[in-house]
Amino acid sequence: MGAYLFKRTLSLIITLIVASIVIFIMIEVVPGDPAAFMMGLSDNTEAANAVRTELGLDASAWQRYFTWIFGMTSGDFGISYTYRIPVSELIGQRLLVSVPLTLYSLILSTMIAIPVGIIAASRRGSFVDTVLMGLAQVGVAVPNFWFAIILVLFFSTSLGWFSAGGFLGWDAGFFQGLKALTLPAISLALPQAAILSRIMRSSILDVMDEDYIRTARAKGLSKNQALIDHGLRNAMIPVLTILGLQFSFLLAGGIIIESIFSLPGLGRLVFQSIAQRDLIVVKSIVTLLVFAVVMITFFVDMCYALVDPRLREGAQK
Amino acid sequence: MTKFPISLWVGLLMTILFVMAAAVSFFWTPYDVRELDIASRFIAPSFSHLFGTDHFGRDIFSMIMVGARNAIGVSLLAVGIGIMIGVPLGLWAAATRTYGGGFIDEILMRTNDLIFAFPSLLMAILITAVFGPSAINAIIAIGIFNIPVFARISRGAALSLSSKEYIMAARVSGKGMVRISYEHILPNILNLLIVQATIQFSIAIIAEASLSYVGLGSQPPDPSLGRMLNEAQTMIFFAPWLVYFPGGAIISMVVGLNLMGDGLRDLLDPKTNKAKEEDVVA
Amino acid sequence: MIRLIIIILSVIFYPNLLSAQNKITIGLQMEPPNLDPTAGAASDIDEVVYGNIFEGLVRIDQYGKIQSGLALSWDISKDGRSYVFHLAEGVKFHDGTDFDAYDVKFSFNRARAKNSTNAKKYIFKPIVMIDVFDSFTIMITLDHARSDFLFNIGLGDAVIVGEESAANNVYNPVGTGPFKFKRWIRGERIELIANDQYWGGAVWLERVTFKFITDPLSAYTAMMAGDIDAFPNYPAPENLFLFEIDPTFDVIVGLTAGETILSTNNKSAPFDNILVRRAMAYAINRQEIIDGAMFGNAVPIGSHFAPDHPYYVDLTALYTQNLTKARALLKEAGYEQGFTASLKLPPPIYARRTGELIAYQLAKIGIDLKIENMEWAQWIDQVLRHKNYDLTIVSHVEPMDIVIYANPNYYFGYDNKDFQKIIDDIDHSNDKAQTEKLYQEAQRKIADDAVNGYLFQLGKYGVWKKNLMGMWRNYPIRANVLRDVYFAEAQ
Repeated sequence: MGAYLFKRTLSLIITLIVASIVIFIMIEVVPGDPAAFMMGLSDNTEAANAVRTELGLDASAWQRYFTWIFGMTSGDFGISYTYRIPVSELIGQRLLVSVPLTLYSLILSTMIAIPVGIIAASRRGSFVDTVLMGLAQVGVAVPNFWFAIILVLFFSTSLGWFSAGGFLGWDAGFFQGLKALTLPAISLALPQAAILSRIMRSSILDVMDEDYIRTARAKGLSKNQALIDHGLRNAMIPVLTILGLQFSFLLAGGIIIESIFSLPGLGRLVFQSIAQRDLIVVKSIVTLLVFAVVMITFFVDMCYALVDPRLREGAQK
Repeated sequence: MTKFPISLWVGLLMTILFVMAAAVSFFWTPYDVRELDIASRFIAPSFSHLFGTDHFGRDIFSMIMVGARNAIGVSLLAVGIGIMIGVPLGLWAAATRTYGGGFIDEILMRTNDLIFAFPSLLMAILITAVFGPSAINAIIAIGIFNIPVFARISRGAALSLSSKEYIMAARVSGKGMVRISYEHILPNILNLLIVQATIQFSIAIIAEASLSYVGLGSQPPDPSLGRMLNEAQTMIFFAPWLVYFPGGAIISMVVGLNLMGDGLRDLLDPKTNKAKEEDVVA
Repeated sequence: MIRLIIIILSVIFYPNLLSAQNKITIGLQMEPPNLDPTAGAASDIDEVVYGNIFEGLVRIDQYGKIQSGLALSWDISKDGRSYVFHLAEGVKFHDGTDFDAYDVKFSFNRARAKNSTNAKKYIFKPIVMIDVFDSFTIMITLDHARSDFLFNIGLGDAVIVGEESAANNVYNPVGTGPFKFKRWIRGERIELIANDQYWGGAVWLERVTFKFITDPLSAYTAMMAGDIDAFPNYPAPENLFLFEIDPTFDVIVGLTAGETILSTNNKSAPFDNILVRRAMAYAINRQEIIDGAMFGNAVPIGSHFAPDHPYYVDLTALYTQNLTKARALLKEAGYEQGFTASLKLPPPIYARRTGELIAYQLAKIGIDLKIENMEWAQWIDQVLRHKNYDLTIVSHVEPMDIVIYANPNYYFGYDNKDFQKIIDDIDHSNDKAQTEKLYQEAQRKIADDAVNGYLFQLGKYGVWKKNLMGMWRNYPIRANVLRDVYFAEAQ
């Protein structure tokens, strides 16, 4: 186990370093100049040059890479070109919206997907199964931004239940905040729920074929009883893996949804930063998201290795 | 071979319908999608305009035909890139592992993981920020994220085949790595690839719609389903058909492809009928 | 338990309790990058801070007229070169420091310094001397008489800042205005509170919130839900009629200083040929563009000048759509078969929609335009800086910016000695009647040369609650001055 852990950690570190270089180079080649952007249509190169000096944009690429990397390791992400405040502060503010939104939609999608998956699996082949899985097919196919527009059309325009007019901040009241996040969370949750319920269903069907369920049923437990007592926990493993990946996917995937609902989240920040060439912010957010995924994958691998010794043997071959 | 599953029938039918509409749009649409006529804007769905008209008086039905064509074209090429690059890479990785070493395999697979770790929509936006928005750049952006999918799936399948007797026999008879991959492994993983390609195709349709929704796909005056939805946003309060129909078109195209994929999987490869659902997420 | 419920309920309804008539929420589409109008392109910054947080020596009102500001009065010497400003006394900055003539001197010197990041440094270029006579009298001497100086120092780029606070204005603006900066939640809103020490007397509003809503869909639902009291410039003209039929809203269509034009690269073939440019002018149908792109809510223009300005000449009849003439001109220029060119469009919706219509109209005379939609950063880089473009559509929102045509290095590439002379004469003019004549001559000159395609003046679409009074009707400069804004008693 020790050797495996060492090998995986080494490859993790290499991956992170390579990732940071890739991101840095990618951002370097993006054409456009934040200083020129700030000057708008005015005809003033002199002032733009002054801004460039002020932002530290005339240092060499190597210098900027190492300043950035060493800053990052100590939590200093640099100063935003546009807002002129620390990037970490900016990202922190946005996470207060994006993380709750992501959790909210994950909870919604799990709450829909798990019962749907269980019901469909326990009545495999029945009419209910066909209808539920048919709906899941449609759910997977719905683009979330389209669904968002439809939700706005019905719930905030026709019915007037939700304002869809952006986010007033948590200090306007917890429920007020939750209300503002509801429609966006639903639009993000629907396709995820559809995917998850399909996985849940097939995962349960797999588990039902396992020996220990057969044994439990032979001991006189009903099908449902056997599933709840023994099967569910095992069936949840692949579902949890997917949930972990969905978390980081949703954190970045909210770009369009956040802008439709005017939510000041991470996705909108990065989209706007690309447009304004506030590249230091783009760089930091992409890095954070990539690191998050790499770390999640790493921990999932570790957990699997703990559960299943064959995996780490295989990896050592 | 089991009987032809019903989902395959339905999916095939829906897909053929869209492919035909797209093909027909090359030489005929009910109205010219480049002809603007402000006087006839916002006509509700009727006999003369089946799906209504938009803010420039263009016929939505015709625009969906051409938009579907663009979506199918972009997705087809993007998945094509994924297959053309991903499959050889996957086979190569698998081969180096069976031939000892495995260093190349390790590097290829880590690179794969790395690409997977990048948020795809965000990367696509960055790519178009560098090269400018166009259908071609959309194809590249979507295509890049298809490479690791195909690399991974073909590597996995090839590895499981490599211990089979006929592969062993081929190796003993002195056939080279490339020849074995091409003559023996590829034909045997073809079914798997076809199924995966169908699924990736449907994902690419949604990705193309998302990209063109944020304005990064094909450029006007070429209609695109995503951009139609974007432009319609402020008009949904008085012309809701502008979002119903293009959205409906995207959904039916994707449902059709997914049903076809599921059906094909049941038909061609009954054992792996839960294969790689997670790719749908990524 | 009941108390807990009451607390929870009051938290839920908290915003409603506060929405008494001295609190206003204003919706803006663009968030400013920072809050210092003297550092960087200012229009999004001005929309929040101009006249609210910061004030200049003079101020520009909603009709584009010059009014007294921190300078209560001024005397201009006979030769038009020196201005003596008499400043208001007893004015305090929001940080408690006193305002006096040295702050004026500091602000202007800072703006014209070598490392200044002021986007409109040209305002300060003509200044040769700043003399402080006493704490409240200051004289500014120019290189020669300039007819636009007084207007220019009324712009947001020339507001007066305090020496102690200037460096932090980007995130913590300190001015002399009727409202003080409270906080800024980036991506979301900026809050101001009334300055009870304001030298100009009490204001009606206690609290002001500027809320940033980029998406027009959200703008609509937020207005309808009553979350927003006013949208000074509503982003989607096609929705205005929905507010008009709603009895709770007023819809005021005013004018901005934004001339929306088909900018043309006069240096690159075939656009260096005046016949081609004129042919294009004859191919354009302004009314179709205004109806199609702006839903009828815009005023046609025939040159680069705001229609509500006293010096304006109506030149829209110079070229009206005439395809036969257009084709004949193209033939004469040697392009009988037409040609292909690119049309690079920046993000605003007016540009995108106008672009599609222009492409459609020019296609009729055989000019095949390839549309390329781009972000501002790309547009600024490719079009504005490197002049790597054929045609583009953009609204020039700076007031009185016809002078840009005198700069041969500006992205139009229009290098005309006659025109440059006119502008130079305007620069030196010290006589109102003569200035007016020269400005009109300038308008005619560029229209006649068909330098660019002149399309329409961008409207300002004000939507606000019926009982809200005192909002600006026009945008001579982009500002939402709230000094005189109040809610009338409920009807």
